[in-house]
Amino acid sequence: MSGVCPRPDSGGDNCVHLAHGEGGRLSRQMVRRRILPRFTNRFLEPLGDAAELPPLAGPPVITTDGFVVSPLFFPGGDIGCLSVYGTTNDLAVAGARPRWLSLGLILEEGLADEVLDRVLDSIARAAEEVGVRIVTGDTKVVPRGAVDRLFITTTGLGERLAWPLEGPRTLAAGDAVIVTGPVGRHGFAVLAARENLGIDPPPASDCGSLWPAIEALAAAGVHVRAMRDATRGGVAAVWHEWAEASGQTLAIQESAVTVTPSVRGLSELLGIDPLHVANEGTMVLAVPADAVEPVMAVLRGVPITAKATVVGRVERRGFSPVTVRGPLGRARPLDEPLGAPLPRIC
Amino acid sequence: MCLGVPGRIVRWLEREPPLACGEVEFDGTRRICNLACVPEAAEGDYVIVHAGVAITRLDADEAGKLLDELRSLCEPPIPDAPPVPDEPPSPRPNADRV
Amino acid sequence: MRFVDEFRDPALAAGLIERIRQTATRRWTVMEVCGGQTHSLLRHGIDAELADVIELIHGPGCPVCVTPAEAIDEAIALSRMPGVTVTSFGDMLRVPGSRGSLLAARAAGGEVKAVYSPLEAVQLARANPARQIVFFAVGFETTAPATALAVQQARHLGLSNFSLLACHVRVRPAMEALVQQADFRVAGFLAAGHVCAVLGYADYEPFVARYRLPVVVTGFEPTDLLEGLLEAVGQLESGVARVANCYGRSVRREGNAAALAIMDAVYEPCDSPWRGLGVIPGGGLRLREAWMAFDARHRGLGARHERLPEATTPEAMMLESIVKPVVSVAATSLPIADCPAGDVLIGKLKPPACPHFGGRCTPDMPLGAPMVSAEGACAAYYRYGPPRVSV
Repeated sequence: MSGVCPRPDSGGDNCVHLAHGEGGRLSRQMVRRRILPRFTNRFLEPLGDAAELPPLAGPPVITTDGFVVSPLFFPGGDIGCLSVYGTTNDLAVAGARPRWLSLGLILEEGLADEVLDRVLDSIARAAEEVGVRIVTGDTKVVPRGAVDRLFITTTGLGERLAWPLEGPRTLAAGDAVIVTGPVGRHGFAVLAARENLGIDPPPASDCGSLWPAIEALAAAGVHVRAMRDATRGGVAAVWHEWAEASGQTLAIQESAVTVTPSVRGLSELLGIDPLHVANEGTMVLAVPADAVEPVMAVLRGVPITAKATVVGRVERRGFSPVTVRGPLGRARPLDEPLGAPLPRIC
Repeated sequence: MCLGVPGRIVRWLEREPPLACGEVEFDGTRRICNLACVPEAAEGDYVIVHAGVAITRLDADEAGKLLDELRSLCEPPIPDAPPVPDEPPSPRPNADRV
Repeated sequence: MRFVDEFRDPALAAGLIERIRQTATRRWTVMEVCGGQTHSLLRHGIDAELADVIELIHGPGCPVCVTPAEAIDEAIALSRMPGVTVTSFGDMLRVPGSRGSLLAARAAGGEVKAVYSPLEAVQLARANPARQIVFFAVGFETTAPATALAVQQARHLGLSNFSLLACHVRVRPAMEALVQQADFRVAGFLAAGHVCAVLGYADYEPFVARYRLPVVVTGFEPTDLLEGLLEAVGQLESGVARVANCYGRSVRREGNAAALAIMDAVYEPCDSPWRGLGVIPGGGLRLREAWMAFDARHRGLGARHERLPEATTPEAMMLESIVKPVVSVAATSLPIADCPAGDVLIGKLKPPACPHFGGRCTPDMPLGAPMVSAEGACAAYYRYGPPRVSV
């Protein structure tokens, strides 16, 4: 890769050049003009190699995630807010208050400034909403074709709340399984947008922050054994992981799992089970039977989890790790998701 | 084989095969489907759509007849029927009909 | 009437299950031909619910499962050619040929794209005039009208960069082949509702007369399947065999004239290899002479022409499509050595009794059709164990 960009720094072509990622004047300019103003805070501003942070109020919890969604913008969200919600939701379901975020951008040469600005605006809005600050970051530009327009990685640092979560190993027979909203919205929204399926109205992603719900649960001090945001693989993947971790069977009542009408229509049309489809603002909880009422009361009071339902319960391990009881009253084993769901004919 | 889904024709957009098509509604979702195989279908009719193509028009009279027949077969209600699940706010589909 | 929920009514289903139990004086063996019916039966637990009175044999009716490994290899070879994109249904992309699946080929650099409809592949060809778009056309007679429409649209739109790798199969010849196997022990059939929506069922009347087996045209919702099973058991108990239509809302005796006309204009029957079953006389469809310009094989895109250097640019391919003689589809596919899929499909062999079950043959690396699809008998046994009888 050449170290010199022959283009003028303020060239009128309004897109990203390799030189923007190479640490020189153009790099600095981009950071100062586009990035700093959006995320301004006293930890980021020195633009040092690393940010020094104040002590946390609880044990540090860290997570990282990469975001490579195509298309970058889809009904209900975009790669920017997704990169904030995805990582902070991972902290939240681990019982941690999201505090700090790093932001790594990998940009494809030629990416329109306007696209980058929209994504950065979305990141700023989501970070503001969650109450997390972007304190360090990195930007690289790679030659055209090396990435699909724009990849983002975020690392989140949070502080563990003084609120016990026993973890999925402790699931016991009789525990209730809760899902906090209609399933499959994110995966179908992205699929419909990417494959240009001509769906009208297009399904919207559930992409959003789960932190307010978890903060409320912790504040209420209710008893929750485990929480998990049901991203790739959908709720089915979470159920399978918990069944394996606990050695129990998760017995699900199919009719209690809700879907939106557009997800229902699309899932029928494409033959894709919404239980296997990704969510970005919907989580699964396991709670002891006597905690169901208080937990549900809290969840119903927070917009993102207002449509929570009890979908099943933990049973002593039977033949299958996860069973789904259909409308005819028969339980059938639920398959673990294989890979990305694909439309099928049979 | 052959995932086929019932949908309602909202409107015809093009009458001439092979491009004959119309807007078809599936639950809360609409999509343009090829209607070349159901030239007799009217707006409001239901069709079975397979791989983007309507392969047959659904006959509401036949469907009603079958349901009546089944209901009469099943009366009186069987006392030890399996439990009917709680009514959900929005039921999950049987996504895997083929 | 929305044509969905009415046919999933739990009370109706419970009543039908009871009626079937009352009707059956012994355990009957019934084959549901269609993979979609298998899916629905397993999903709703109907097979387990009725296991004491009906043994369900899962038939060969999953088109991606019966597509021969050689055809998949051919599609993979196409996907590796410069300027060519291979499209197909999503479930087809996962099925392994003799050296991996189309998804694996994509990971290795092949151009492969999943589409919901063959008509989307036509649109793709329209939007990418510099690329050759091949649709890997699998499926039964339900799907054949859609792929026939695709080539009709391509001709109508004047597209010269769209073609089919046609591997359609026909259901009734396969049923005939099954019935003629020694030890065939199925007493009655549920015929595939959506295939019949296109073909009608008049064709089954001589079949029933000849083999004295009930054939019940059946839909896919729980009450449809139970109604079909009740009809089959009723006929078997009273010793009659006839064609019955339990899917009257979708299926007319004479089929769908418009769909049949489209299909017949484009395709003609041919002998065809089925994975796990061998070559079935009349078991497939190929493009008619008049549509050869839309045959990927005829265009010189086929695997057998891979080595021809002049066939590597779209222009050369076009030229070749004009000068090349018709390349017939060689029936090279045979059952993979030692795979007794045929015996499983006729209910003679229980999957766990197969020497390769769970060893050389697993859902990740299947030998025959019943292990390929999640609904195949072997795959279902592999995942869930034998269906448990409820008494």
